[in-house]
Amino acid sequence: MTEVSPVRVTNNNVPLALTDDTVRNVSPLTLAIHRFSLWLKSPRPYLMLIGFALFIGFWYLSVEVWKLPRFSEMPGPTEVVREWFSRDPTYGLSVFTPEYYLHIWVSTRRIAIAFFLATIIGVPLGLFLGWSIRFKQYVFPVFELLRPVPPLAWVPLAIVMFKGSETPIIFLTFLASFFATALNTMLGVESIDVSYIRAANCLGASRWQVFRHVIVPGAMPFIFTGLQISVGVAWFSLVAGEMVSGQYGLGYVINTSYTMVRYPTIVIGMITLGIVGYVTSAAVRLVGDYLMQWRIRELALGGDR
Amino acid sequence: MSVQSAPTRSHAPAPAPTARKGGVRIVDVVKRYGANDVGILAVDHCTFEVPPGEITVVVGPSGCGKTTLLNAIAGFHSLSSGSIYLDDEMLCGPRRLKAQPGPDRIVVFQNGALFPWKTNIENVTFGPIMQGRLSRAEAYDKARSMMADAGLRGIENNYPGEISSGVRRRVEIVRALMNDPKILLLDEPYRALDSLTKSVMHEALLEIFYKNRVTIFFITHDLEEAIFLGHRVVIMTTRPCRPKKILDIDIPHPRDYSVLTTRRFREFMDETAAAVHEEAIKAFTAGEKER
Repeated sequence: MTEVSPVRVTNNNVPLALTDDTVRNVSPLTLAIHRFSLWLKSPRPYLMLIGFALFIGFWYLSVEVWKLPRFSEMPGPTEVVREWFSRDPTYGLSVFTPEYYLHIWVSTRRIAIAFFLATIIGVPLGLFLGWSIRFKQYVFPVFELLRPVPPLAWVPLAIVMFKGSETPIIFLTFLASFFATALNTMLGVESIDVSYIRAANCLGASRWQVFRHVIVPGAMPFIFTGLQISVGVAWFSLVAGEMVSGQYGLGYVINTSYTMVRYPTIVIGMITLGIVGYVTSAAVRLVGDYLMQWRIRELALGGDR
Repeated sequence: MSVQSAPTRSHAPAPAPTARKGGVRIVDVVKRYGANDVGILAVDHCTFEVPPGEITVVVGPSGCGKTTLLNAIAGFHSLSSGSIYLDDEMLCGPRRLKAQPGPDRIVVFQNGALFPWKTNIENVTFGPIMQGRLSRAEAYDKARSMMADAGLRGIENNYPGEISSGVRRRVEIVRALMNDPKILLLDEPYRALDSLTKSVMHEALLEIFYKNRVTIFFITHDLEEAIFLGHRVVIMTTRPCRPKKILDIDIPHPRDYSVLTTRRFREFMDETAAAVHEEAIKAFTAGEKER
Protein backbone atom coordinates (compact mmCIF):
# COMPACT_ATOMS: atom_id res chain seq x y z
CA MET A 1 0.00 0.00 0.00
CA THR A 2 3.02 2.21 0.29
CA GLU A 3 4.08 2.10 -3.33
CA VAL A 4 0.81 2.11 -5.18
CA SER A 5 -1.29 4.75 -3.55
CA PRO A 6 -4.84 3.55 -4.00
CA VAL A 7 -6.06 7.06 -3.44
CA ARG A 8 -4.92 7.96 -6.92
CA VAL A 9 -7.74 6.31 -8.74
CA THR A 10 -8.43 9.01 -11.27
CA ASN A 11 -7.07 7.52 -14.41
CA ASN A 12 -6.12 10.15 -16.91
CA ASN A 13 -6.07 7.73 -19.80
CA VAL A 14 -9.75 7.06 -19.59
CA PRO A 15 -11.69 9.60 -21.65
CA LEU A 16 -13.97 11.42 -19.25
CA ALA A 17 -16.41 12.69 -21.78
CA LEU A 18 -18.83 10.28 -23.32
CA THR A 19 -18.63 11.83 -26.76
CA ASP A 20 -15.78 11.04 -29.07
CA ASP A 21 -13.70 13.83 -30.50
CA THR A 22 -14.85 13.14 -34.02
CA VAL A 23 -18.27 14.45 -33.16
CA ARG A 24 -17.00 17.55 -31.45
CA ASN A 25 -14.44 18.90 -33.86
CA VAL A 26 -16.26 18.94 -37.18
CA SER A 27 -17.83 21.86 -38.97
CA PRO A 28 -21.58 22.30 -38.79
CA LEU A 29 -21.88 21.72 -42.53
CA THR A 30 -20.12 18.35 -42.39
CA LEU A 31 -22.30 17.46 -39.45
CA ALA A 32 -25.42 18.46 -41.38
CA ILE A 33 -24.39 16.37 -44.38
CA HIS A 34 -23.60 13.48 -42.08
CA ARG A 35 -27.01 13.75 -40.44
CA PHE A 36 -28.69 13.97 -43.82
CA SER A 37 -26.99 10.82 -45.08
CA LEU A 38 -27.94 9.03 -41.87
CA TRP A 39 -31.49 10.18 -42.44
CA LEU A 40 -31.44 8.82 -46.01
CA LYS A 41 -30.21 5.48 -44.72
CA SER A 42 -32.93 5.25 -42.11
CA PRO A 43 -36.45 4.12 -43.05
CA ARG A 44 -37.89 7.52 -42.16
CA PRO A 45 -37.80 9.30 -45.56
CA TYR A 46 -39.37 6.31 -47.27
CA LEU A 47 -42.13 6.01 -44.70
CA MET A 48 -42.73 9.72 -45.16
CA LEU A 49 -43.05 9.29 -48.93
CA ILE A 50 -45.44 6.41 -48.46
CA GLY A 51 -47.52 8.60 -46.15
CA PHE A 52 -47.74 11.34 -48.76
CA ALA A 53 -48.49 8.83 -51.50
CA LEU A 54 -51.35 7.33 -49.49
CA PHE A 55 -52.81 10.75 -48.75
CA ILE A 56 -52.64 12.02 -52.32
CA GLY A 57 -53.76 8.64 -53.63
CA PHE A 58 -56.86 8.78 -51.45
CA TRP A 59 -57.56 12.32 -52.62
CA TYR A 60 -57.11 11.29 -56.25
CA LEU A 61 -59.29 8.19 -56.00
CA SER A 62 -62.09 9.80 -54.04
CA VAL A 63 -62.35 12.88 -56.25
CA GLU A 64 -61.26 11.87 -59.73
CA VAL A 65 -61.86 8.11 -59.93
CA TRP A 66 -64.71 7.20 -57.60
CA LYS A 67 -66.23 10.70 -57.65
CA LEU A 68 -67.71 10.24 -54.17
CA PRO A 69 -70.76 12.47 -53.55
CA ARG A 70 -69.16 14.61 -50.83
CA PHE A 71 -66.15 15.27 -53.00
CA SER A 72 -67.97 16.16 -56.20
CA GLU A 73 -67.19 19.87 -56.02
CA MET A 74 -63.61 19.37 -54.88
CA PRO A 75 -60.73 19.91 -57.26
CA GLY A 76 -58.69 16.74 -57.74
CA PRO A 77 -54.92 16.57 -57.38
CA THR A 78 -54.21 16.49 -61.11
CA GLU A 79 -56.33 19.58 -61.66
CA VAL A 80 -54.62 21.41 -58.79
CA VAL A 81 -51.13 20.44 -59.89
CA ARG A 82 -51.86 21.36 -63.49
CA GLU A 83 -53.15 24.76 -62.42
CA TRP A 84 -50.33 25.29 -59.91
CA PHE A 85 -47.57 24.68 -62.47
CA SER A 86 -49.32 26.14 -65.48
CA ARG A 87 -47.65 28.97 -67.43
CA ASP A 88 -51.12 30.16 -68.30
CA PRO A 89 -53.31 29.31 -65.31
CA THR A 90 -57.05 29.22 -65.88
CA TYR A 91 -57.77 31.11 -62.67
CA GLY A 92 -54.81 33.43 -62.80
CA LEU A 93 -52.55 32.08 -60.05
CA SER A 94 -49.62 29.67 -60.44
CA VAL A 95 -45.92 29.45 -59.70
CA PHE A 96 -45.35 31.36 -62.94
CA THR A 97 -47.41 34.38 -62.01
CA PRO A 98 -45.77 37.18 -60.02
CA GLU A 99 -48.92 37.66 -57.93
CA TYR A 100 -48.37 34.25 -56.39
CA TYR A 101 -45.10 35.45 -54.88
CA LEU A 102 -46.59 38.78 -53.96
CA HIS A 103 -49.23 37.00 -51.87
CA ILE A 104 -46.60 34.85 -50.18
CA TRP A 105 -44.41 37.88 -49.56
CA VAL A 106 -47.22 39.96 -48.06
CA SER A 107 -48.27 37.16 -45.72
CA THR A 108 -44.72 36.33 -44.69
CA ARG A 109 -43.96 39.97 -44.04
CA ARG A 110 -47.00 40.30 -41.80
CA ILE A 111 -45.97 37.15 -39.94
CA ALA A 112 -42.42 38.43 -39.58
CA ILE A 113 -43.48 41.79 -38.14
CA ALA A 114 -46.10 40.30 -35.81
CA PHE A 115 -43.82 37.48 -34.68
CA PHE A 116 -40.95 39.87 -34.08
CA LEU A 117 -43.11 42.20 -31.98
CA ALA A 118 -44.64 39.29 -30.08
CA THR A 119 -41.19 37.95 -29.29
CA ILE A 120 -39.56 41.18 -28.16
CA ILE A 121 -42.55 42.01 -25.97
CA GLY A 122 -43.65 38.52 -24.97
CA VAL A 123 -40.30 37.06 -23.92
CA PRO A 124 -39.32 39.86 -21.52
CA LEU A 125 -42.85 39.98 -20.14
CA GLY A 126 -42.79 36.23 -19.56
CA LEU A 127 -39.36 36.41 -17.95
CA PHE A 128 -40.49 39.06 -15.50
CA LEU A 129 -43.77 37.24 -14.80
CA GLY A 130 -41.77 34.20 -13.80
CA TRP A 131 -39.04 36.11 -12.02
CA SER A 132 -41.00 38.52 -9.85
CA ILE A 133 -43.91 37.27 -7.79
CA ARG A 134 -45.11 40.82 -7.18
CA PHE A 135 -45.11 41.65 -10.90
CA LYS A 136 -47.01 38.46 -11.59
CA GLN A 137 -49.63 39.35 -8.99
CA TYR A 138 -50.29 42.64 -10.80
CA VAL A 139 -50.21 41.46 -14.36
CA PHE A 140 -51.11 37.81 -14.58
CA PRO A 141 -54.85 38.04 -13.77
CA VAL A 142 -55.36 40.57 -16.58
CA PHE A 143 -53.20 38.44 -18.85
CA GLU A 144 -55.22 35.32 -18.08
CA LEU A 145 -58.48 37.15 -18.72
CA LEU A 146 -57.41 38.40 -22.14
CA ARG A 147 -55.62 35.23 -23.25
CA PRO A 148 -58.69 33.07 -23.92
CA VAL A 149 -60.31 35.74 -26.13
CA PRO A 150 -59.90 34.34 -29.65
CA PRO A 151 -58.17 36.62 -32.18
CA LEU A 152 -61.33 36.61 -34.32
CA ALA A 153 -63.20 38.28 -31.45
CA TRP A 154 -60.69 41.10 -31.64
CA VAL A 155 -61.47 41.82 -35.31
CA PRO A 156 -64.00 44.63 -34.78
CA LEU A 157 -61.89 46.40 -32.16
CA ALA A 158 -58.78 45.96 -34.29
CA ILE A 159 -60.51 47.64 -37.21
CA VAL A 160 -61.83 50.43 -35.00
CA MET A 161 -58.45 50.97 -33.34
CA PHE A 162 -56.14 50.89 -36.34
CA LYS A 163 -56.30 52.63 -39.67
CA GLY A 164 -56.05 50.90 -43.02
CA SER A 165 -56.06 47.16 -43.51
CA GLU A 166 -52.43 46.31 -42.77
CA THR A 167 -52.16 47.24 -39.09
CA PRO A 168 -55.31 45.43 -37.92
CA ILE A 169 -54.11 42.22 -39.54
CA ILE A 170 -50.68 42.52 -37.97
CA PHE A 171 -52.29 43.31 -34.64
CA LEU A 172 -54.46 40.19 -34.76
CA THR A 173 -51.49 38.06 -35.73
CA PHE A 174 -49.42 39.60 -32.99
CA LEU A 175 -52.04 38.90 -30.32
CA ALA A 176 -52.13 35.16 -30.82
CA SER A 177 -48.34 34.94 -30.96
CA PHE A 178 -47.80 37.14 -27.99
CA PHE A 179 -49.88 35.12 -25.54
CA ALA A 180 -48.25 31.84 -26.53
CA THR A 181 -44.76 33.30 -26.20
CA ALA A 182 -45.30 35.08 -22.91
CA LEU A 183 -47.06 32.15 -21.25
CA ASN A 184 -44.41 29.61 -22.26
CA THR A 185 -41.60 31.91 -21.21
CA MET A 186 -43.19 32.34 -17.80
CA LEU A 187 -43.59 28.59 -17.41
CA GLY A 188 -39.99 28.22 -18.51
CA VAL A 189 -38.76 30.45 -15.72
CA GLU A 190 -40.93 28.64 -13.21
CA SER A 191 -39.57 25.28 -14.35
CA ILE A 192 -35.99 26.17 -13.47
CA ASP A 193 -34.66 23.97 -10.67
CA VAL A 194 -34.17 26.14 -7.58
CA SER A 195 -30.77 24.47 -7.09
CA TYR A 196 -29.38 26.40 -10.06
CA ILE A 197 -30.44 29.71 -8.54
CA ARG A 198 -29.06 28.71 -5.16
CA ALA A 199 -25.81 27.56 -6.70
CA ALA A 200 -25.45 30.90 -8.46
CA ASN A 201 -26.12 32.72 -5.18
CA CYS A 202 -23.50 30.58 -3.45
CA LEU A 203 -21.00 31.44 -6.14
CA GLY A 204 -21.52 35.12 -5.49
CA ALA A 205 -23.73 36.11 -8.41
CA SER A 206 -25.80 39.26 -7.99
CA ARG A 207 -29.54 39.31 -8.62
CA TRP A 208 -29.02 40.67 -12.12
CA GLN A 209 -26.30 38.11 -12.87
CA VAL A 210 -28.62 35.32 -11.77
CA PHE A 211 -31.23 36.68 -14.16
CA ARG A 212 -28.78 36.94 -17.03
CA HIS A 213 -26.88 33.66 -16.51
CA VAL A 214 -29.47 31.36 -14.94
CA ILE A 215 -33.01 32.57 -15.58
CA VAL A 216 -32.67 33.47 -19.25
CA PRO A 217 -30.72 30.40 -20.42
CA GLY A 218 -32.66 28.13 -18.08
CA ALA A 219 -35.95 29.23 -19.60
CA MET A 220 -34.61 28.99 -23.15
CA PRO A 221 -35.98 25.51 -23.98
CA PHE A 222 -39.48 26.60 -22.96
CA ILE A 223 -39.09 29.92 -24.75
CA PHE A 224 -38.38 28.16 -28.01
CA THR A 225 -41.24 25.72 -27.52
CA GLY A 226 -43.33 28.85 -27.05
CA LEU A 227 -41.94 30.46 -30.19
CA GLN A 228 -42.75 27.37 -32.25
CA ILE A 229 -46.31 27.40 -31.00
CA SER A 230 -46.37 31.15 -31.47
CA VAL A 231 -45.36 31.05 -35.12
CA GLY A 232 -48.01 28.38 -35.71
CA VAL A 233 -50.83 30.35 -34.15
CA ALA A 234 -49.58 33.46 -35.94
CA TRP A 235 -50.47 31.81 -39.25
CA PHE A 236 -53.80 30.86 -37.74
CA SER A 237 -54.86 34.35 -36.96
CA LEU A 238 -53.13 35.86 -39.96
CA VAL A 239 -55.36 33.87 -42.29
CA ALA A 240 -58.39 34.80 -40.21
CA GLY A 241 -57.39 38.46 -40.47
CA GLU A 242 -56.68 38.29 -44.18
CA MET A 243 -60.04 36.69 -44.81
CA VAL A 244 -61.74 39.61 -43.14
CA SER A 245 -59.85 42.46 -44.75
CA GLY A 246 -56.93 43.19 -47.01
CA GLN A 247 -56.12 42.85 -50.68
CA TYR A 248 -53.18 40.50 -50.59
CA GLY A 249 -51.97 37.48 -48.71
CA LEU A 250 -52.67 33.77 -48.77
CA GLY A 251 -55.74 34.05 -46.56
CA TYR A 252 -57.12 36.63 -48.96
CA VAL A 253 -56.38 34.30 -51.91
CA ILE A 254 -58.32 31.48 -50.29
CA ASN A 255 -61.27 33.66 -49.38
CA THR A 256 -61.63 35.45 -52.73
CA SER A 257 -61.12 32.23 -54.67
CA TYR A 258 -64.04 30.82 -52.76
CA THR A 259 -66.33 33.74 -53.60
CA MET A 260 -65.14 33.73 -57.22
CA VAL A 261 -65.56 29.93 -57.49
CA ARG A 262 -61.89 29.29 -58.32
CA TYR A 263 -61.68 26.02 -56.43
CA PRO A 264 -58.23 24.84 -57.57
CA THR A 265 -56.78 28.17 -56.43
CA ILE A 266 -58.18 27.58 -52.94
CA VAL A 267 -56.20 24.38 -52.71
CA ILE A 268 -53.08 26.04 -54.11
CA GLY A 269 -53.42 28.65 -51.37
CA MET A 270 -53.83 25.98 -48.71
CA ILE A 271 -50.86 23.92 -49.84
CA THR A 272 -48.72 27.04 -50.07
CA LEU A 273 -49.76 28.00 -46.53
CA GLY A 274 -48.73 24.56 -45.34
CA ILE A 275 -45.32 24.82 -46.97
CA VAL A 276 -44.57 28.38 -45.89
CA GLY A 277 -45.84 27.66 -42.37
CA TYR A 278 -43.59 24.63 -42.15
CA VAL A 279 -40.58 26.63 -43.33
CA THR A 280 -41.15 29.37 -40.76
CA SER A 281 -41.45 26.94 -37.87
CA ALA A 282 -38.39 25.01 -39.10
CA ALA A 283 -36.50 28.31 -39.13
CA VAL A 284 -37.51 28.98 -35.52
CA ARG A 285 -36.37 25.48 -34.59
CA LEU A 286 -33.01 26.01 -36.30
CA VAL A 287 -32.40 29.25 -34.43
CA GLY A 288 -33.31 27.47 -31.21
CA ASP A 289 -30.91 24.62 -31.95
CA TYR A 290 -28.19 27.11 -32.71
CA LEU A 291 -28.70 28.92 -29.42
CA MET A 292 -28.99 25.73 -27.39
CA GLN A 293 -26.03 23.65 -28.47
CA TRP A 294 -25.87 22.17 -25.00
CA ARG A 295 -29.29 20.62 -25.48
CA ILE A 296 -28.49 19.24 -28.90
CA ARG A 297 -25.38 17.56 -27.56
CA GLU A 298 -27.23 16.21 -24.54
CA LEU A 299 -30.01 14.80 -26.69
CA ALA A 300 -27.53 13.35 -29.16
CA LEU A 301 -26.14 11.27 -26.31
CA GLY A 302 -29.58 10.08 -25.40
CA GLY A 303 -29.65 8.26 -28.74
CA ASP A 304 -32.39 10.53 -30.03
CA ARG A 305 -31.64 10.50 -33.71
CA MET B 1 -12.81 2.70 23.28
CA SER B 2 -13.93 6.09 24.43
CA VAL B 3 -14.79 7.71 21.17
CA GLN B 4 -15.15 11.21 22.50
CA SER B 5 -11.63 11.29 23.92
CA ALA B 6 -9.18 13.38 21.98
CA PRO B 7 -8.44 11.43 18.83
CA THR B 8 -5.19 11.57 16.97
CA ARG B 9 -5.39 14.61 14.73
CA SER B 10 -2.10 14.06 12.97
CA HIS B 11 -2.62 13.86 9.22
CA ALA B 12 0.74 12.63 8.17
CA PRO B 13 1.53 13.83 4.63
CA ALA B 14 -0.06 17.12 3.62
CA PRO B 15 1.74 20.12 5.09
CA ALA B 16 -1.11 21.51 7.14
CA PRO B 17 -1.74 25.23 6.75
CA THR B 18 -1.09 27.08 9.98
CA ALA B 19 -4.45 28.73 10.56
CA ARG B 20 -7.24 26.42 9.54
CA LYS B 21 -10.48 28.10 8.65
CA GLY B 22 -14.02 27.06 8.10
CA GLY B 23 -15.00 25.98 11.58
CA VAL B 24 -18.74 26.13 12.08
CA ARG B 25 -20.47 26.33 15.43
CA ILE B 26 -24.14 25.47 15.56
CA VAL B 27 -25.68 26.71 18.79
CA ASP B 28 -29.12 25.75 20.00
CA VAL B 29 -30.64 25.93 16.53
CA VAL B 30 -34.38 25.44 16.10
CA LYS B 31 -36.20 25.38 12.80
CA ARG B 32 -39.92 25.10 12.56
CA TYR B 33 -41.79 25.13 9.27
CA GLY B 34 -45.19 26.75 9.17
CA ALA B 35 -47.00 28.42 12.05
CA ASN B 36 -45.72 28.13 15.60
CA ASP B 37 -48.18 25.59 16.93
CA VAL B 38 -49.22 23.63 13.90
CA GLY B 39 -45.93 23.73 12.00
CA ILE B 40 -43.45 20.91 11.65
CA LEU B 41 -40.46 21.00 13.97
CA ALA B 42 -37.56 20.11 11.68
CA VAL B 43 -34.57 20.92 13.89
CA ASP B 44 -34.85 20.81 17.67
CA HIS B 45 -32.27 22.64 19.82
CA CYS B 46 -29.37 21.35 17.85
CA THR B 47 -25.84 22.12 19.08
CA PHE B 48 -22.57 20.81 17.70
CA GLU B 49 -19.34 21.91 16.16
CA VAL B 50 -17.71 21.40 12.77
CA PRO B 51 -13.96 21.62 13.43
CA PRO B 52 -11.97 23.61 10.90
CA GLY B 53 -9.93 21.71 8.34
CA GLU B 54 -11.77 18.47 8.96
CA ILE B 55 -14.54 16.43 7.45
CA THR B 56 -17.68 16.33 9.52
CA VAL B 57 -20.35 13.95 8.35
CA VAL B 58 -23.96 14.21 9.48
CA VAL B 59 -25.87 10.94 9.29
CA GLY B 60 -29.60 10.61 9.65
CA PRO B 61 -32.64 9.02 8.08
CA SER B 62 -34.11 10.67 4.99
CA GLY B 63 -36.22 13.70 5.79
CA CYS B 64 -34.84 14.06 9.31
CA GLY B 65 -34.01 17.73 8.87
CA LYS B 66 -30.29 17.52 8.21
CA THR B 67 -30.66 19.31 4.89
CA THR B 68 -32.54 22.06 6.74
CA LEU B 69 -29.43 22.56 8.82
CA LEU B 70 -27.23 22.71 5.74
CA ASN B 71 -29.60 25.18 4.09
CA ALA B 72 -29.41 27.40 7.15
CA ILE B 73 -25.60 27.45 7.00
CA ALA B 74 -25.69 28.13 3.26
CA GLY B 75 -28.22 30.91 3.70
CA PHE B 76 -31.12 29.38 1.79
CA HIS B 77 -33.40 29.13 4.82
CA SER B 78 -33.89 31.15 7.96
CA LEU B 79 -33.68 29.80 11.50
CA SER B 80 -36.52 29.94 13.99
CA SER B 81 -34.05 30.53 16.82
CA GLY B 82 -30.45 29.83 17.78
CA SER B 83 -27.35 30.92 15.96
CA ILE B 84 -24.67 29.65 13.62
CA TYR B 85 -21.10 30.94 13.58
CA LEU B 86 -18.43 30.59 10.92
CA ASP B 87 -14.95 31.09 12.39
CA ASP B 88 -16.50 33.00 15.32
CA GLU B 89 -18.37 35.32 12.99
CA MET B 90 -22.11 35.12 13.27
CA LEU B 91 -23.76 33.88 10.06
CA CYS B 92 -27.23 33.96 11.43
CA GLY B 93 -28.60 34.51 14.90
CA PRO B 94 -31.26 36.29 16.88
CA ARG B 95 -30.99 39.58 15.00
CA ARG B 96 -30.57 38.10 11.54
CA LEU B 97 -32.32 34.78 11.15
CA LYS B 98 -31.24 34.15 7.57
CA ALA B 99 -27.61 34.08 6.52
CA GLN B 100 -26.51 35.72 3.29
CA PRO B 101 -25.38 33.09 0.74
CA GLY B 102 -21.81 33.63 -0.30
CA PRO B 103 -18.71 32.09 -1.82
CA ASP B 104 -17.17 31.29 1.56
CA ARG B 105 -19.71 28.46 1.98
CA ILE B 106 -20.43 26.59 -1.20
CA VAL B 107 -23.01 23.87 -1.55
CA VAL B 108 -22.62 20.81 -3.73
CA PHE B 109 -26.18 19.76 -4.39
CA GLN B 110 -27.84 16.39 -4.09
CA ASN B 111 -28.80 16.23 -7.74
CA GLY B 112 -25.95 18.36 -9.00
CA ALA B 113 -26.32 21.95 -10.03
CA LEU B 114 -23.81 22.49 -12.80
CA PHE B 115 -25.49 24.82 -15.27
CA PRO B 116 -26.27 22.56 -18.22
CA TRP B 117 -26.17 25.55 -20.60
CA LYS B 118 -22.58 26.38 -19.76
CA THR B 119 -19.55 24.31 -20.67
CA ASN B 120 -17.65 22.70 -17.84
CA ILE B 121 -14.99 25.39 -17.82
CA GLU B 122 -17.61 28.14 -17.96
CA ASN B 123 -19.18 26.50 -14.93
CA VAL B 124 -15.88 26.27 -13.09
CA THR B 125 -15.01 29.91 -13.79
CA PHE B 126 -18.51 31.15 -12.94
CA GLY B 127 -17.78 32.17 -9.34
CA PRO B 128 -14.63 34.27 -9.75
CA ILE B 129 -15.95 35.96 -12.89
CA MET B 130 -19.32 36.83 -11.36
CA GLN B 131 -17.64 38.20 -8.25
CA GLY B 132 -15.19 40.12 -10.42
CA ARG B 133 -12.32 38.62 -8.43
CA LEU B 134 -10.42 37.35 -11.46
CA SER B 135 -10.27 38.46 -15.05
CA ARG B 136 -11.58 36.04 -17.63
CA ALA B 137 -8.10 34.97 -18.66
CA GLU B 138 -6.92 34.47 -15.09
CA ALA B 139 -10.02 32.51 -14.21
CA TYR B 140 -9.61 30.25 -17.22
CA ASP B 141 -5.95 29.62 -16.40
CA LYS B 142 -6.75 28.77 -12.82
CA ALA B 143 -9.68 26.59 -13.88
CA ARG B 144 -7.57 24.66 -16.36
CA SER B 145 -4.91 23.89 -13.82
CA MET B 146 -7.40 22.97 -11.10
CA MET B 147 -9.33 20.73 -13.46
CA ALA B 148 -6.11 19.07 -14.56
CA ASP B 149 -5.21 18.52 -10.90
CA ALA B 150 -8.51 16.83 -10.31
CA GLY B 151 -8.01 14.55 -13.31
CA LEU B 152 -10.53 16.45 -15.40
CA ARG B 153 -8.38 17.33 -18.37
CA GLY B 154 -9.99 17.19 -21.80
CA ILE B 155 -13.61 17.92 -20.85
CA GLU B 156 -13.28 21.68 -20.42
CA ASN B 157 -15.34 22.47 -23.49
CA ASN B 158 -17.90 19.74 -23.05
CA TYR B 159 -21.27 20.45 -21.57
CA PRO B 160 -22.18 18.80 -18.25
CA GLY B 161 -24.80 16.74 -20.09
CA GLU B 162 -22.05 15.04 -22.03
CA ILE B 163 -20.10 13.63 -19.10
CA SER B 164 -20.97 10.92 -16.61
CA SER B 165 -22.66 11.89 -13.36
CA GLY B 166 -19.61 10.92 -11.32
CA VAL B 167 -17.39 13.25 -13.34
CA ARG B 168 -20.05 15.95 -13.07
CA ARG B 169 -19.80 15.84 -9.28
CA ARG B 170 -16.06 16.32 -9.48
CA VAL B 171 -16.48 19.29 -11.80
CA GLU B 172 -18.97 20.74 -9.34
CA ILE B 173 -16.52 20.34 -6.47
CA VAL B 174 -13.79 22.02 -8.51
CA ARG B 175 -16.25 24.84 -9.30
CA ALA B 176 -16.70 25.29 -5.56
CA LEU B 177 -12.98 25.13 -4.77
CA MET B 178 -12.23 27.81 -7.38
CA ASN B 179 -13.61 30.33 -4.87
CA ASP B 180 -11.33 29.24 -2.02
CA PRO B 181 -14.33 28.60 0.21
CA LYS B 182 -13.90 28.25 3.93
CA ILE B 183 -16.25 25.31 3.97
CA LEU B 184 -17.80 22.97 1.45
CA LEU B 185 -21.36 21.88 2.15
CA LEU B 186 -22.12 18.57 0.48
CA ASP B 187 -25.76 17.54 0.49
CA GLU B 188 -25.80 13.78 -0.18
CA PRO B 189 -23.82 14.38 -3.34
CA TYR B 190 -23.35 10.71 -4.15
CA ARG B 191 -26.86 9.57 -3.45
CA ALA B 192 -27.79 9.04 -7.08
CA LEU B 193 -24.60 7.18 -7.97
CA ASP B 194 -24.20 3.42 -8.12
CA SER B 195 -22.08 1.89 -5.39
CA LEU B 196 -19.03 1.26 -7.58
CA THR B 197 -18.91 4.85 -8.82
CA LYS B 198 -19.54 5.94 -5.26
CA SER B 199 -16.43 4.20 -3.95
CA VAL B 200 -14.33 5.92 -6.61
CA MET B 201 -15.93 9.25 -5.74
CA HIS B 202 -15.14 8.81 -2.05
CA GLU B 203 -11.47 8.38 -2.71
CA ALA B 204 -11.48 11.25 -5.19
CA LEU B 205 -13.11 13.47 -2.57
CA LEU B 206 -10.49 12.50 -0.01
CA GLU B 207 -7.77 13.23 -2.52
CA ILE B 208 -9.22 16.69 -3.14
CA PHE B 209 -9.47 17.19 0.61
CA TYR B 210 -5.85 16.23 1.22
CA LYS B 211 -4.75 18.70 -1.43
CA ASN B 212 -6.91 21.62 -0.38
CA ARG B 213 -7.60 21.03 3.31
CA VAL B 214 -10.93 22.72 3.03
CA THR B 215 -13.43 22.11 5.81
CA ILE B 216 -16.15 19.75 4.65
CA PHE B 217 -19.68 19.42 5.99
CA PHE B 218 -21.12 16.29 4.46
CA ILE B 219 -24.68 15.01 4.75
CA THR B 220 -25.59 11.41 4.09
CA HIS B 221 -27.81 8.58 5.21
CA ASP B 222 -25.08 6.04 4.49
CA LEU B 223 -23.26 5.11 7.68
CA GLU B 224 -20.37 3.36 5.95
CA GLU B 225 -19.76 6.43 3.80
CA ALA B 226 -19.85 8.59 6.92
CA ILE B 227 -17.29 6.60 8.89
CA PHE B 228 -15.06 6.15 5.87
CA LEU B 229 -14.89 9.86 5.09
CA GLY B 230 -15.36 11.65 8.37
CA HIS B 231 -13.05 12.88 11.08
CA ARG B 232 -16.22 13.40 12.99
CA VAL B 233 -19.56 11.71 12.53
CA VAL B 234 -22.73 13.26 13.92
CA ILE B 235 -25.62 10.84 14.10
CA MET B 236 -28.96 12.62 14.06
CA THR B 237 -32.26 11.62 15.53
CA THR B 238 -35.20 11.42 13.21
CA ARG B 239 -37.38 14.51 12.92
CA PRO B 240 -37.05 16.74 14.85
CA CYS B 241 -33.37 16.52 14.18
CA ARG B 242 -30.92 16.67 17.10
CA PRO B 243 -27.49 15.07 17.52
CA LYS B 244 -27.93 11.64 19.03
CA LYS B 245 -24.30 10.62 19.09
CA ILE B 246 -21.09 12.35 18.07
CA LEU B 247 -18.06 10.24 17.28
CA ASP B 248 -14.51 11.20 16.47
CA ILE B 249 -13.22 8.64 14.05
CA ASP B 250 -9.59 8.00 14.99
CA ILE B 251 -8.71 6.02 11.88
CA PRO B 252 -5.70 7.94 10.59
CA HIS B 253 -5.81 9.90 7.35
CA PRO B 254 -4.99 9.54 4.51
CA ARG B 255 -7.52 6.77 4.18
CA ASP B 256 -8.24 4.49 1.30
CA TYR B 257 -10.60 1.64 0.68
CA SER B 258 -8.51 -0.85 2.62
CA VAL B 259 -9.83 0.93 5.71
CA LEU B 260 -13.21 -0.69 5.17
CA THR B 261 -11.89 -4.10 6.13
CA THR B 262 -9.98 -3.02 9.23
CA ARG B 263 -11.14 -4.02 12.69
CA ARG B 264 -11.31 -0.42 13.87
CA PHE B 265 -13.70 0.45 11.06
CA ARG B 266 -15.90 -2.52 11.94
CA GLU B 267 -15.89 -1.46 15.57
CA PHE B 268 -17.18 1.98 14.62
CA MET B 269 -19.81 0.41 12.41
CA ASP B 270 -20.95 -1.92 15.20
CA GLU B 271 -21.07 0.88 17.67
CA THR B 272 -23.22 3.14 15.52
CA ALA B 273 -25.31 0.78 13.45
CA ALA B 274 -27.75 0.16 16.28
CA ALA B 275 -28.24 3.88 16.91
CA VAL B 276 -28.82 4.63 13.25
CA HIS B 277 -31.13 1.67 12.82
CA GLU B 278 -33.20 2.75 15.79
CA GLU B 279 -33.72 6.19 14.25
CA ALA B 280 -34.52 4.68 10.89
CA ILE B 281 -37.29 2.61 12.46
CA LYS B 282 -38.65 5.69 14.22
CA ALA B 283 -38.61 7.60 10.96
CA PHE B 284 -40.35 4.74 9.21
CA THR B 285 -43.17 4.38 11.71
CA ALA B 286 -43.57 8.16 11.94
CA GLY B 287 -43.85 8.26 8.18
CA GLU B 288 -46.59 5.65 8.27
CA LYS B 289 -48.52 7.56 10.86
CA GLU B 290 -48.45 10.74 8.83
CA ARG B 291 -50.07 9.13 5.85
